[in-house]
Amino acid sequence: MTIGTDPLLEVEGVSVRFGALLALNGVSLTIPRGEIAAIIGPNGAGKTTLLNCISGFYHPHEGHIRFAGQDRTHLRPPQVAALGIARTFQNVALFRGMSVLDNIMTGRVLKMRGSFLLDAAWWGPARRQELEHRAAVERIIDFLEIQAVRKTSAGRLPYGLQKRVELARALAAEPQLLLLDEPMAGMNVEEKEDMCRFILDVNGEFGTTIALIEHDMGVVMDISDHVVVLDYGRKIADGTPEHVRKDQAVLDAYLGVAHD
Amino acid sequence: MSIANATLDTFPKRVRANAERWPRRVAIREKDLGIWQSYTWRDYLDRSRRIALGLASLGFARGDKTAIVGDNRPELYWAMLATQSLGGVPVPLYQDSIEKELAYIVDHAEARFAIAEDQEQVDKLLHVRAQVPRLEYIVYKDPRGLRAYSEPGLLSLAELEERGEKFALGHPTYVEDEVARGQGEDTAVICYTSGTTGTPKGAMLSYRNLIAMAGIATEREGLRPDDEALAYLPMAWVGDHMLSYAQAIVAGFAINCPESAATVLHDLKEIGPTYFFAPPRIWENLLTNVMIRVEDAAWPKRKLTHAFLTLAQDLERRRLNGQPLPLLPRLLAPLGALLVYGPLRDNLGLRRIRIAYTAGEALGPEIFVFFRALGINVKQLYGMTEASVFVAVQKDGDVRLDTVGTPMPDVEITISEAGEVLFRSPGVFQGYFKNPEATRQTVEGGWIHSGDAGFLDGAGHLKIIDRAKDLGRLADGTMFAPKYLENKLKFSPYVKEAVTLGPGRPYVTALVNIDLSAVGNWAERRGIAYTSYTDLSQKPEVYELIQQEVVRVNRSLLEDEVLRGAQIRKFLILHKELDPDDEEITRTRKVRRGYVAQKYAALIDALYGDRDRVAVEAQVTYEDGRTGTIRADVAIRDVASR
Repeated sequence: MTIGTDPLLEVEGVSVRFGALLALNGVSLTIPRGEIAAIIGPNGAGKTTLLNCISGFYHPHEGHIRFAGQDRTHLRPPQVAALGIARTFQNVALFRGMSVLDNIMTGRVLKMRGSFLLDAAWWGPARRQELEHRAAVERIIDFLEIQAVRKTSAGRLPYGLQKRVELARALAAEPQLLLLDEPMAGMNVEEKEDMCRFILDVNGEFGTTIALIEHDMGVVMDISDHVVVLDYGRKIADGTPEHVRKDQAVLDAYLGVAHD
Repeated sequence: MSIANATLDTFPKRVRANAERWPRRVAIREKDLGIWQSYTWRDYLDRSRRIALGLASLGFARGDKTAIVGDNRPELYWAMLATQSLGGVPVPLYQDSIEKELAYIVDHAEARFAIAEDQEQVDKLLHVRAQVPRLEYIVYKDPRGLRAYSEPGLLSLAELEERGEKFALGHPTYVEDEVARGQGEDTAVICYTSGTTGTPKGAMLSYRNLIAMAGIATEREGLRPDDEALAYLPMAWVGDHMLSYAQAIVAGFAINCPESAATVLHDLKEIGPTYFFAPPRIWENLLTNVMIRVEDAAWPKRKLTHAFLTLAQDLERRRLNGQPLPLLPRLLAPLGALLVYGPLRDNLGLRRIRIAYTAGEALGPEIFVFFRALGINVKQLYGMTEASVFVAVQKDGDVRLDTVGTPMPDVEITISEAGEVLFRSPGVFQGYFKNPEATRQTVEGGWIHSGDAGFLDGAGHLKIIDRAKDLGRLADGTMFAPKYLENKLKFSPYVKEAVTLGPGRPYVTALVNIDLSAVGNWAERRGIAYTSYTDLSQKPEVYELIQQEVVRVNRSLLEDEVLRGAQIRKFLILHKELDPDDEEITRTRKVRRGYVAQKYAALIDALYGDRDRVAVEAQVTYEDGRTGTIRADVAIRDVASR
């Protein structure tokens, strides 16, 4: 896999305003195909807002977003999903009463076609299709090692596992770009290590491009190819983990300097 | 095909015969991607032949050893047969071994080849190979995460089989010729015993050993080709080797590989095996699971279940003791079967069981009665790696509570003057690999020294009291059997592990490990907040809970004339779980008493002092070999003073 040659996602001068608050202020960044990119920054820096713009929840007031070379600044979330962008949420957003299997199955919805009647009769192409989707879901269950909870309802799982199920549902859509909003928040060290391994494996096995927001600097430095730092809605640094680690503006933002 | 057949003297020859006789009958199932995939005896033969050809293409020579590391997977059983087909010796290893243990065995066994399940094992083996250059080739089944690896001599099973195909073009009958050269006296497998003391020893078992004992057990126990077994115990354990490999091939029944270690209990339910082999640990887990769910049920259900369970256990205890059965409980039993026992059995996945064994360590009598009372034919098996497993088994219809049954056919048992159990049989091993010294200590004139203290009762039943060296006396001469007490403690769902101390001391004390899931569940139901295992273990409420269990054990001890003096006076709850990674218990979960006594010397001193609290530090080792420290303030409870 060659990294850095073929941009998958290009964000250009994006600004978002909530009333008087400028949540994003002319942010530009490029994520090449096959890369793991981390977006970091202090609380309220605009990280989640940026993710919401990419996935079509918000529309930027200025600027453009291009995905796979095509402008798609003004698409709505379902259209974004159909393009091949999937995401997980900062707070787990699973269907708590549904089984893990069914939750992941919902990630396949965009891939399902066919008529209501055939589906109801579970006959012919409908049946074949469901079996194919189930097989795809089973491969993901195997990949993320959640066989033991396949039939358990999602709400009954410990938090770390719910996060993993959410990742599974996002993967079920076979995305080109995977957006992870704090995939490791609230996890213990072992769960974090597992999650890191899964993220690296997803990237390595499926070649999925990944953009993640994360607060744990150890994790960010370990797994990302490329780090973008936001502060007060502005991009203050962009580069390799080593580069960003030494950047003075980043140190200031994290350690704090006197604002005049 | 008769079970005893002199021309079928190796497993490769037997699998060929099975494939000819039952080409379409299922030999192995594996749950993969949520579906049970079936492989026939024909597949068993073909796949192992392909692997054998691949190994041959890499220069596998007769006598070479193959280390086999991973969960129970069809491919790994085939790899075992492939190795044997070429006149080599498979050496199955515990999949959760840390690098150091793996390195010791790979080096000691002189393995040139290793066949591993996945990246986790490959990573360990690559590190091992850096220290043990004799290990040349590492073959893996699951390529996940390994695509970017480019180490020499590392290849996937698919690549190996591909190489085999090319090799076969020039050598079409290579495998068949090598199989024909194999003989019954050849070493079939080297099983490294985890060893409660010292370094592991490699027991060499011949084809003759394994086939003879598999055949004897199959005939006596009435195993059939339509039996179903679950292959879930570590492949390195001789029990799995006997059941899932030797007996499955000799009797021709099917084995089922679970999806993952975490799904075993679920897969058990789906398969509903008819033949089931479990160490006490698994029976204890099953019991704990049942009891948790019973406690969570609404009270009418809970009361009903408890009432019927008590009734059934009472009946079963009388039956096992040969006492007459009272009329009313007998009349109620069918109702119990309908309402409680049947559903419970079904829920556990044990509804179809014809034969089930417990082996390894002694199973607590209460646990034993519990399962038998549900109508599950659990029997004690007394065996050793060095005996090709089978020494004594309780016969159907002649099961007693306090014995391990009668000797298997062709097995002779005698008791030495010191009270140690000695035996000889066709299963007596060839010796320890490269360790004649240890072999001499174990086998004398064909008799194996079991290391267990026991006796044969009037009806020819073997009764094991304890390890010969563990049996002890208190300072005042009172007889003390540690394991007996520990098993009584472990009957409680809240107690995961217990170590009792006493020999040469004024009174008996116990170190207790709580069961995190059971006690955690108990604490949640009572609204007791806790942050960690250590924290939970030191809650006064938890001490109260465990004290009730200790008092129960002491009370039941009063019924035993010999051991009634050995009551538990003081106990403490350990702040960490005994863990094989910390070398406190073996991989088969036997407590390493000497090591524990040494490691927790400060705690033990406190148990025999007059303090009620002691501060400790404990080293823990993680699976990757790193170490850390746990600190805690451990409370000591005096049972007698309250």
